[in-house]
Amino acid sequence: MSGVHVSTTVNGDAVEFVCPPGETLLDVLRNRLNLIGAKEGCGTGDCGACSVTVDGRLVCSCLVLGAEVEGAKVGTVEGMAEGGELHTLQSKFIEHAALQCGICTPGFLVAAKALLDRNSDPSEEEIRYALAGNLCRCTGYDKIVRAVDAAAKQLATDATKSGKKSKRR
Amino acid sequence: MRYEAPTSTKVAAALLAKEKGKAFVLAGGTDLLVRMKAGMVEPDLVVDIKRIPATQIIKKSDSGFKIGAAVSGASMGENKALKKAWPGVVEAANLIGSDQVQGRCTMAGNLCNASPAADSVPALVAAKAKAAVVGPKGRRTVAVEDVVTGPGRTSLKKGEIIESISLPKRVAKSGDAYLRFIPRTEMDIAVCSAGVNLTLDSKGLVKSARVALGAVAPTVVLVEDAADAIIGTKLDDESLAALSAACEAACSPINDKRGTVEFRTEVAGVLARRAAKIAYQRAGGK
Amino acid sequence: MAETAPDTSFTNQDFKIIGTRPPRPDGVDKVTGRAKYGADAFAAGQLTALILRSPHAHAKILSIDTKRAEKLKGVKAVVTCEDLPDLTGGNRGMLDILENCMARGRALYDGHAVAAVAAIDAETAKKALKLIKVKYEVLPHVTDVDEAMKKKAPIIQPHIRTTGVDPKPKKASNVAARSQFGHGDIEAGFAAADVIVEESYKTEQTHQGYIEPHACLASVGPDGQGELWVTTQGHFVFRNTCAALLGMEVAKLKVTSSEIGGGFGGKTHVWMEPVALALSRKANRPVKLTMSREEVFRASGPTSSTSIDIKIGATRDGRICAASAELRYQGGAFPGIWGMLGAMTTWACYDLENCQSVAFDVLVNRPKSAAYRAPSAPMAAFAVESTIDLVAAKLGMDPVDFRILNAAKEGTRASYGPTYGPIGIGPTLEAVKNHPHMKAPLGPNQGRGMACGFWFNFGGQTCTDINVGVDGTVSLTVGTMDVGGSRASLSLIAAEELGIPYERVKCNVADTASLGHNDMTEGSRGTFSSGMATIFAARDVVKVLRNRAAAMWEIDVDDVAWEDGQAVAKGIAHSNLSPLSLADIARKSPTTGGPIAGHNETVADGAGVSFASHICDVEVDPETGATKVIRYTVVQDAGKAIHPDYVEGQFQGAAAQGIGWALNEEYIYGEDGRLQNPGFLDYRIPVCSDLPFIDTEILEIPNPGHPYGVRGVGETSIVPPLAAIGNAVSNAAGVRLNHVPMSPPRILKAINAAK
Repeated sequence: MSGVHVSTTVNGDAVEFVCPPGETLLDVLRNRLNLIGAKEGCGTGDCGACSVTVDGRLVCSCLVLGAEVEGAKVGTVEGMAEGGELHTLQSKFIEHAALQCGICTPGFLVAAKALLDRNSDPSEEEIRYALAGNLCRCTGYDKIVRAVDAAAKQLATDATKSGKKSKRR
Repeated sequence: MRYEAPTSTKVAAALLAKEKGKAFVLAGGTDLLVRMKAGMVEPDLVVDIKRIPATQIIKKSDSGFKIGAAVSGASMGENKALKKAWPGVVEAANLIGSDQVQGRCTMAGNLCNASPAADSVPALVAAKAKAAVVGPKGRRTVAVEDVVTGPGRTSLKKGEIIESISLPKRVAKSGDAYLRFIPRTEMDIAVCSAGVNLTLDSKGLVKSARVALGAVAPTVVLVEDAADAIIGTKLDDESLAALSAACEAACSPINDKRGTVEFRTEVAGVLARRAAKIAYQRAGGK
Repeated sequence: MAETAPDTSFTNQDFKIIGTRPPRPDGVDKVTGRAKYGADAFAAGQLTALILRSPHAHAKILSIDTKRAEKLKGVKAVVTCEDLPDLTGGNRGMLDILENCMARGRALYDGHAVAAVAAIDAETAKKALKLIKVKYEVLPHVTDVDEAMKKKAPIIQPHIRTTGVDPKPKKASNVAARSQFGHGDIEAGFAAADVIVEESYKTEQTHQGYIEPHACLASVGPDGQGELWVTTQGHFVFRNTCAALLGMEVAKLKVTSSEIGGGFGGKTHVWMEPVALALSRKANRPVKLTMSREEVFRASGPTSSTSIDIKIGATRDGRICAASAELRYQGGAFPGIWGMLGAMTTWACYDLENCQSVAFDVLVNRPKSAAYRAPSAPMAAFAVESTIDLVAAKLGMDPVDFRILNAAKEGTRASYGPTYGPIGIGPTLEAVKNHPHMKAPLGPNQGRGMACGFWFNFGGQTCTDINVGVDGTVSLTVGTMDVGGSRASLSLIAAEELGIPYERVKCNVADTASLGHNDMTEGSRGTFSSGMATIFAARDVVKVLRNRAAAMWEIDVDDVAWEDGQAVAKGIAHSNLSPLSLADIARKSPTTGGPIAGHNETVADGAGVSFASHICDVEVDPETGATKVIRYTVVQDAGKAIHPDYVEGQFQGAAAQGIGWALNEEYIYGEDGRLQNPGFLDYRIPVCSDLPFIDTEILEIPNPGHPYGVRGVGETSIVPPLAAIGNAVSNAAGVRLNHVPMSPPRILKAINAAK
């Protein structure tokens, strides 16, 4: 079995790795790149705990081969916080107690960010369907949906404020 | 196992044709990787077709739409022209799996996986879609309903790849719709499903129609009697009842963990009726 | 120095921060991906392990040939039951645990472990599994609880003689135990009834469905010392069990609990950890063993499927005069206590003169049943609360009023024995009756239902440390897992007692080498019992603080009081002494006697029983049988909500699990006795778009057995949903489902049958 050499970008950093051709991106992230935020809940794309983005698209990293991300841009939960600041979604998840055991949380955050990146003002129903690929067994989703909604509103407020500021400039 | 990512369909076909072991095409991978994980398949060669430009485009032309074999469900959902012309096909493709799966899954993959419950296939059959197949001996065009020959089996020969799927040019006063039944609101495989595509005449009567059912037989069933039941009507209760009855008669499902024979049969009729109403409305019928 | 145990009774003290909602201390770790769960630990030189499992529901294992696997390059150890000899000294319960971890001459269910390998990587381990040749003689199997009780059913455990019957049977049976609870004169009660309703029910097997599969990293050296990193609800119990099964000394096996990715009872049992330790011992290398999702479904412990008969008699004035139940609970291939628990909970919500429940614990060829959140109570409640609605309808009474009239209250003799103190069933029912949800209008094909639920709650062995840092921050060390925010709740308690800000407390979960024994985090005991131990450990700290303050002031300790988080010198003679804060005293601690610490060890008794009443609206599609939950309200007694966010979270999560159970979740076995749906695709737990917001109302009826009045809150709300949804479906679609899950095919069939 000869390995595949892959050059890619993870959370903005250039990364190289060698992996067996059949190894999933999830296993590459966890076992080769020490990025353990993505979790294996099922390995079959049914739980979303391994959610990451590849070139901006939300995917289950258990359903992507490591070999496929040559030249791609991969985003994981480890790349959400910028500098010392948590992403608004991350702080809203804590504020709204949107996690209990927390195993599904990284996947939810990545999926919620993908949602808000394309729809800054989702309805409750849009949030629920956008997150339907992420299973949570602790919360009944109630506080998760509220946290995503609060984050969307906060991000909109922040955008208005910074918009006003830039106008002033 | 070897992993290859050629940049032309011809090279991909040659790689597959040449391989002595088990070779698989990788598009979205949402079926293949699951089967690899379960140990159901152990490929010697995986040919990733996503680096082939022809598989990545949605092209609108005078003859209709051409959708590359590696175009994801999510990309289809973002193409406004396609969604407007073929809302039923797009919603069928968009029903495959979660947002995560949508980022990867393809209609060509859905077709080649050859599951009786594939969401996009009844809608494609109803739409009279065709697959462009490239193989070692050149190109050929195959009607979508002729690709799948049984659960997990296709008519594709060794080395053949679907490069794209074509939808015909949309004539005026046409509409299509696809509905499936799942126990939850998301994330399930269809227990049964129905795709309806129809065109109205100037008076608003159904001029032509195609009705296709999924997960009620080894392959998707094109139900001509169901189409006949609504042709020449405005979908009055009587013709809709006849449509449902024709659909039920065409069902030969199995009992399994997802549903019973009785349930699949009855609900297929219900879904066909509901899908017909939506398609009719989309065609401008009142 | 013998001290009397501290008084645990409720004191109705005023709180400063208990009941507030600060952010959890482990929040940042968990939203950034840094928190380490079972599969997130790595050790130098670690091997990857895989388990070979039986494809047969019931088989004799004639031989296992591991030679070719052992010879494969990269394979470092292969184990079978030969490597796990019986060291249990005749303790059948322990031997059952061992045999469940690794088959001993017979495979008892589809998925039963037969052999295991550890290799340099997963690929090699996978290849090695294929090289192990097992010869089976397939035996007849049985997976249905009622079938297993029949005379001609295949016997699963030939040594079993039914307990609880007189005379003791001479022949083996699949009925492991019969248990009976109740009081009064059932026959006389039914004779006095104006209406009697008799119904039979079935519930299918469900799984806890935690998102994190079982995972551990084991390391055992030739010196007999070992370490185990594992996702568990009770690392101390895991340590004791694993040490006993492997012949290790308890103190020489250090077990560290990882963050736990959900458990709900399923991680209270040892499933594979002894195998990982045995592999590590044999290979003399660290071994990582994780279950796939398929293995979790096939080989960890789901809850029982059941078959239940209910008979309720009532008089025209709406009083229940007799109630009886026969309950048959399947425990998988090993004996359990699940029927007994079901029978104990059956009539617990009601004040009954004549009641009886008889339970049978039944063996089948399925994985060993495990606890699942209020284990056994939801099934009994489904049967009882569905029948209660039928009786109310027969009497022409409102189902809520009927329940209020018959509800248990303080002084009621519970059907399972004890006499209740102050309890919450009446108040939750009154809250339901007055809830706006009950008055909201319903649309076409919509219906409303309600139901009640009960859970005992547990206490148990608990041990807690508090260490004060020189800067005045406080390290709280507990031995119960944080399954859903308990670090926050326990930090609140420590801060409340010590009078310091919440942010000054850091709560840690200790490994087994760093703290005394703590029982499993089960029975909703985490916040109750560790909370109690935290209160007393904090009061122990206060004692030390007063002593140090006395030393700093050079006055008698009896003249030092602890008020509002500071030491105050009492009496006019000391009025010149300014109060000393915890931080002031801590800063001086190196010179006033060294570290400041408090400690408490206890067997927490007095866990208060808990009740919940739920309201549910559903819409049923009459053409497909699809049911959508459109509104849901939970009312539950929490005793005292320490951190209301996480109390609500427990209510909501429990309700969601109950909803999944009611509508779609079930283990589906084929004719061949193999599990058909071992994955999240076809074992259908609710997804986000399946559920509405789940409204909650927290009632606080103090538990007299806890200083703050705390009752466990984690489990009770999984009990009512099955019946609440059944009652709502009945009102929406005009058909009553006696079989859970009420999946679309079952509902549509019932609708068609009623046409």
